[in-house]
Amino acid sequence: MDFLTYFVNGLSLGSIYAIIALGYTMVYGIAKMLNFAHGDVLMIGSYITFVFMSQMGINPIISVLLAAICCTFIGVIIERIAYKPLRGANSLAVLITAIGVSYFLQNISLLIFGANTKSFKSIVTIPPLKLFDGQLMISSESIVTIALCIIIMLALTTFINKTKMGQAMLAVSEDRSASTLMGINVNGTIAMTFAIGSFLAAFAGVLLCSAYPTLTPTTGAMPGIKAFVAAVIGGIGSIPGAFIGGLILGVLENLSKAYISAQLSDAIVFSVLIIMLLVKPSGILGKSNIEKV
Amino acid sequence: MDYFKLKRQKKARYNLSIYLMIIIAYAIVMILSSQGKISSLLNGLLVPFCTYSILAVSLNLVVGISGELSLGHAGFMCVGAFTSAVFTRYMKFLGVEGLYLFIIAILIGAVTAGFAGLLIGIPVLRLKGDYLAIVTLAFGEIIKNIANAIYLGFDENGAHFSLKNTMALGLSDKGFVVIKGAQGITGTPHYSSFTAGVILLIIVVTIILNLVNSRTGRNIKALRDNLIAAESVGISATKYKLIAFTIASSMAGVAGVLYAHNLTTLTALPKNFGYNMSITILVFVVLGGMGRIRGSIIAAVILTLLPEMLRGLSDFRMLIYSIVLIVVMIFTSAPAMKQYMEVLKNRFPVIKNLKASVLKKMSKEGE
Amino acid sequence: MKENIMLSVKNLSIQFGGLHAVENFNLSIRENELYGLIGPNGAGKTTIFNLLTGVYKPTTGTIMLNGVNKINGKNTIEINKMGIARTFQNIRLFHKLTVHDNVKIALQNKYRYSTISGILRLPRYHRYEALMDEEAMALLKVFNLENDAMMKSANLPYGKQRKLEIARAIATNPKVLLLDEPAAGMNENETKELMNTIRLIRDKFNMTVLLIEHDMKLVKGICEELTVLNFGKVLAQGETNEVLKNKEVIKAYLGE
Repeated sequence: MDFLTYFVNGLSLGSIYAIIALGYTMVYGIAKMLNFAHGDVLMIGSYITFVFMSQMGINPIISVLLAAICCTFIGVIIERIAYKPLRGANSLAVLITAIGVSYFLQNISLLIFGANTKSFKSIVTIPPLKLFDGQLMISSESIVTIALCIIIMLALTTFINKTKMGQAMLAVSEDRSASTLMGINVNGTIAMTFAIGSFLAAFAGVLLCSAYPTLTPTTGAMPGIKAFVAAVIGGIGSIPGAFIGGLILGVLENLSKAYISAQLSDAIVFSVLIIMLLVKPSGILGKSNIEKV
Repeated sequence: MDYFKLKRQKKARYNLSIYLMIIIAYAIVMILSSQGKISSLLNGLLVPFCTYSILAVSLNLVVGISGELSLGHAGFMCVGAFTSAVFTRYMKFLGVEGLYLFIIAILIGAVTAGFAGLLIGIPVLRLKGDYLAIVTLAFGEIIKNIANAIYLGFDENGAHFSLKNTMALGLSDKGFVVIKGAQGITGTPHYSSFTAGVILLIIVVTIILNLVNSRTGRNIKALRDNLIAAESVGISATKYKLIAFTIASSMAGVAGVLYAHNLTTLTALPKNFGYNMSITILVFVVLGGMGRIRGSIIAAVILTLLPEMLRGLSDFRMLIYSIVLIVVMIFTSAPAMKQYMEVLKNRFPVIKNLKASVLKKMSKEGE
Repeated sequence: MKENIMLSVKNLSIQFGGLHAVENFNLSIRENELYGLIGPNGAGKTTIFNLLTGVYKPTTGTIMLNGVNKINGKNTIEINKMGIARTFQNIRLFHKLTVHDNVKIALQNKYRYSTISGILRLPRYHRYEALMDEEAMALLKVFNLENDAMMKSANLPYGKQRKLEIARAIATNPKVLLLDEPAAGMNENETKELMNTIRLIRDKFNMTVLLIEHDMKLVKGICEELTVLNFGKVLAQGETNEVLKNKEVIKAYLGE
């Protein structure tokens, strides 16, 4: 039964990683850049929710929605100011800029909200689920997280496959210059990608802080990196890949925390990344690109 | 064959300017210090100047010369610091002290950090740059976590190691605990000095300058400029990127040795060995100019000095660094910015002439 | 002319997904020959170069160099060391480095010295650097690039960049030189000069040259034999004049 508890908790954590990984994988697929600041947008989202909910006493659901809208704007503004001018520049420059943005968000939050840890009140109020005569207890946060993750995944897949904007995203990720020739607004599509990713990041942030109720300016950094790892393991650019990668990573992390060592769980997660990169660099569901010479 | 003469002279002049800069700065500090005119604040910064310069110069080898992004440079520094400090601290416990131990410690730090670099580099350097950034970042964090979790002690039966606590080491009465988990290593002998730092910096700079201007260095730069073309003339990407990465890691280890032996207590904090530190070093490199050795040293010294001089701004330091990263990158790399400069230059003939003369000079040089 | 076969390709095929980019390709080039590979865009010419240099791995087929050395299965680096060098359709120079350094880098296989000798400036370093400097300069002179030696290669005019790429390929001392559209973007005079240079290289360095080209004047002017490729398949093969009279070839080039 212990194992099952750890496993379910792992799925819950993995769902959060999956939602964050979506932001990475979409931006990587479409803008061909690693948006290092994605994890920090998540942290900002959590702070905004915290301010609305705990300090202003606004209804939790409304707080989260407001935070998601704020994050959407922040994501688009970041893209506009920092990344758009660098389109077409070498990838090292873009990566360093993204790190700059990530760092900027962390430090501006530090100045605004202070270094001390905020204790985040869970937004989920339904009672936990008890199975097998109470031997297996699944927390309400886990249920909401897993459910929300599946909903988001289905909604996003439908959006990409059924809407014009979604098809434009696919086109831009395949070939940016050809998309321009076909009359697709590439800049608008990339901005949209950032908007969606940041919108989802706010939800991931709130879910993360509901499950692990401490909030500091660096809250988003490590989950952000792990979500990127999840996106790589699942196959960067692939939405189901982000989902699978996130779940694998979450379960792996929780099981190694429980059975091997809490302090070395991160090391184990990253070793899996390295092994994955060696065995199949394109990830589980990714397609390998042939470089044109 | 005039060209080679000219080229060598130019290279020699640039190299000489770096050495002269270091030596003159050293001489000024020494003269002022002998007259007692150096404030205790500045005195405390002398060894850090050297440590950070070594870190910046060595990271420049990876980022500027090799064109790969490493975000775990502080992790390699941490490896060098801890391995060397374990050695000197245990020697001190055994009653052995002396400057020759410092030299051995430097070798230990360089070898272990270089080995760590090799181990990380072998799998990862085969992949594209973004992955290297993530894996090195992860590595840096893992090293910091491990350094915080380890308990290490010695007794007559050899080394004892645990991840739990001091008692779990099971040392005999004669045993001695060197690393006490999060408390780190206390009582490290104070071997570092400004003179030692300057000597190490000169050695590191010499190695990098000689490397860059040799067959290996040219191959590394060729891979950076065009990987496919470099392979088509028979250059192994894995081998040469690995050489650059390993040498840079090893130098970061040396900086770690210098750092560890400048303090009595060595603990692994986010501030000294974490992600923050790696970013700070990256800022030195970016601000000093990618591939510019002299620039890295100047940036490291100024950016170490500045926050100490302006204590009131210390809360804003990291915020300012982040803005510096973004702004420098947009100004130096954005395609539109380059075009804008072009427009500006056409509108104001003065700039045009100025820029033309600079460009003329630059186009003749190359790198 | 010697009858020794320098490069022979048998049944070479490669598939990308379902697409047969190159199908059942055969080729044999005699030593010291100037051989042309032509065909419409997308016919698979550059793909063949990529197969010959190990950038792509063929689905089937064998490639032999000098009759004894099997090329396929080897990687780009090993193939270069065995004696095949190439240029690229879209120029790939080491753009931040000087013209001279571009060629010097390509000499690195011939004048090997270790990283340690380089760092410690051992005698081997000085000896080999001097030799490399001279040899690189001599090569640049063949291409009339000696006055640009210290210029950053990115700042060279287009035609000179193409020539520098050829010089760099030759510096690796190959037996077979693959040129991917060497005259692209050149004016008539430059092309004429290039034709002379290619002949000169062949004679002076005793090389076998395989080139892809769209400029028919150049092809007619210097290629002794030709292969015409269309949709990944060989349309015609043989002596240049014969091939260019072939009806199929005229059809493929000029349409119905």
